[in-house]
Amino acid sequence: MARKLLLEHINVPGINTLDVYRQKGGYRAVEKALKTLTPDEVVEEVKKSGLRGRGGAGFPTGMKWSFLAKPEGVARYLVCNADESEPGTFKDRYLMTHIPHALIEGMIVSSYALGAKTSYIYVRGEMMPQIRILERAIAEAKAAGFLGKNILGSGYDLELYVQPGGGAYICGEETALLESLEGKRGNPRIKPPFPAIAGLYGCPTVVNNVESIAAVVPIINDGGDEYMKIGIGRSTGTKLISASGNLVRPGVYEIELGLPVEEFIYSDEYCGGIANGKRLKATVAGGSSVPVLPANLTLKLANGEPRLMSYESLSEGGFATGTMLGSGGFIAFDEDQCIVRNTWNFSRFYHHESCGQCSPCREGTGWMEKVLHRLEHGHGKMSDIDLLVDVSKKIEGNTICPLGDAAAWPVASAIRHFRDEFEWHVKEPIKSLQGNYGIANYAVPIAKAEVKQEN
Amino acid sequence: MSEKVKVTIDGITVEVEPGTTILNAARQIGGDIVPPAMCYYSKLEGSGGKCRTCIVKVSKGSEKDPRPMPKLVASCRTTVMDGMEVQNITSPEVIEARSGVVEMLLINHPLDCPVCDQAGECDLQNLGYEHGLQKTRYEFERRTFERIDIGDKIQLHMNRCILCYRCVFTADQITNKRVHGILNRGDHSEISTYIQTAVDNDFSGNVIDVCPVGALTDKTFRFKNRVWFTKPVDAHRDCPTCSGKVTLWYKGEDVLRVTARKDIYGEVEEFICNTCRFDKKKTADWTIEHPTHISDTSVISANHYETLIPLPVIQEDLRLQEANKVELEKTAKF
Repeated sequence: MARKLLLEHINVPGINTLDVYRQKGGYRAVEKALKTLTPDEVVEEVKKSGLRGRGGAGFPTGMKWSFLAKPEGVARYLVCNADESEPGTFKDRYLMTHIPHALIEGMIVSSYALGAKTSYIYVRGEMMPQIRILERAIAEAKAAGFLGKNILGSGYDLELYVQPGGGAYICGEETALLESLEGKRGNPRIKPPFPAIAGLYGCPTVVNNVESIAAVVPIINDGGDEYMKIGIGRSTGTKLISASGNLVRPGVYEIELGLPVEEFIYSDEYCGGIANGKRLKATVAGGSSVPVLPANLTLKLANGEPRLMSYESLSEGGFATGTMLGSGGFIAFDEDQCIVRNTWNFSRFYHHESCGQCSPCREGTGWMEKVLHRLEHGHGKMSDIDLLVDVSKKIEGNTICPLGDAAAWPVASAIRHFRDEFEWHVKEPIKSLQGNYGIANYAVPIAKAEVKQEN
Repeated sequence: MSEKVKVTIDGITVEVEPGTTILNAARQIGGDIVPPAMCYYSKLEGSGGKCRTCIVKVSKGSEKDPRPMPKLVASCRTTVMDGMEVQNITSPEVIEARSGVVEMLLINHPLDCPVCDQAGECDLQNLGYEHGLQKTRYEFERRTFERIDIGDKIQLHMNRCILCYRCVFTADQITNKRVHGILNRGDHSEISTYIQTAVDNDFSGNVIDVCPVGALTDKTFRFKNRVWFTKPVDAHRDCPTCSGKVTLWYKGEDVLRVTARKDIYGEVEEFICNTCRFDKKKTADWTIEHPTHISDTSVISANHYETLIPLPVIQEDLRLQEANKVELEKTAKF
């Protein structure tokens, strides 16, 4: 059984209450940090742990914290990004529903490290039950003296607020989140300045994912060095993976980074294989924004070595043969799934969620959605496939925020790896409406050799 | 003042104040290397960064950190660093990306230039001419909106809008109340006022001037004439609310339209008030200065004169000649 840090006590009845959480060793990190460590020492521990942002980009959290500007007399803020809206990702909701105190404890320690006197948890508007759970937990923590004035007699004050979002995917982008938190329209800001310099209300701000903040708790309890021993290479610690799709046991799993993908999909400890005895056709390894990979490239790298669940191994081979760990939204497709339809579905999502601020994303996402709709419904043309590649190229990298890239990558990668399926949709429009292309050679290991020669 | 910084754009080096954007540094050099700007407006705080037509390649970050920037950057919002090297028209990558942006801007644009009042002085038209393809690759229905009247003098034609946000910034910065903004998101976003109320301000007419396309038009000029048949003349009047410095657009003896004076980048020099813009449409209201200089590349120049021949209305009227004596005796040189 692999080591669990975040979800260790997930099955303890009443773990969502302060009393039970305390019995299981909760709020030790707050006591340790506030009583024995200086804020800089906490930042140092997090830096040592090698913890990388769990929201998608994988930027080292300790480094992000050390970039925070600390001018005299200006308030600093910590904002927790709980606007989890990526299709395929549901780990933060799970964490907040079942162990809300882990997040609150992490918020207290992190705010202390950053010197923030006011911190916010920005929760996606659709997660109303989680907002109530968090508010109840905050009230409990406040009654027990972990929040408010002079926490545990250390002289440190902290107020923690929960802010429901309006339910826009774009508000998960950190600057759009800050705009929304300020009460404005959630449009991403143009960077620079980065939030570490001028964020919420123009003050230095750190925005972290729920899981990153919760992961600070075991880092402080056990020490950064101990945390670094878990995982592989620069991917340290454990990661929550939201597994969904055609799996025997979909759900949220805590894995040690470095677990082979094959083991994650097929072992009984995790997903237990593909449901209904089908074969794996493709996976999206890190939420809808990352490139989709065929089965053969999911399980093995281009050079034939097994692919591991880690930031580096998943992105091995760049976009030609790799993908990204992203936010850990693992979606598996079996042989009966249609990649064209799925790509259209993702594209429809990005079209709907584009904020409309910058032209390539506003117009391009809609264009791709319309072309993919046509392809999926049997009215496509051969030239549409190249058109999609071209449009995705023109969006990628030319937008204000990463939503443009996130919209372009799934389309570009689907065509890169599943071009014959797209072509089949054009050539056999009637068949494509009635049935599916099937697994073809997407799981056949021969593809590896071809890729090898290209490299 | 702190030391000036050196920046090289397309091989031309210029020294600028620290904190200048790449776009403004390029404007100091001038000429072909100035990136086009559809949303940036130097007089509006916070504008820019949205349309992405001004993207450039930073091939050398600065003297201290010579690494190139990983992506193309919006030149209107990126400040220069000492020793920065920028490629605009010398980089094929930039040209391709820019034509991509222009294509995106045009896919939902109605291309109704033949009936659009802005035609002839439209930034999007110029940009499309330079970078656009001859044929569209977009084979779907374009999005459409109903036309909205913002007050009795301004009409919003949302189909033509490229969502540059200039009018939003204008309305925000001339009034205290937020009455004008964006509704919805993505490609169905639309400019709108608070429940279709008018932007109630003496300077609201300036949203027409800042609009780079024909989305916001002057209802007093609507369908009166094509701009290239009208003759622009700089004039002023003693106005209690604004500077009173305007351009009058004549057709024959009639002033068809009054706008603020615009510089070579299409930006107004000074915002003018609604009284000057909409109500003062008689030659007698104004003191004529000289014909407005129009770039040779503009379609308006085709029918334009550079030296002042007094308008027929002035030639006939001694009183007007007397009033404009100083201006008439000036030899306008450009």
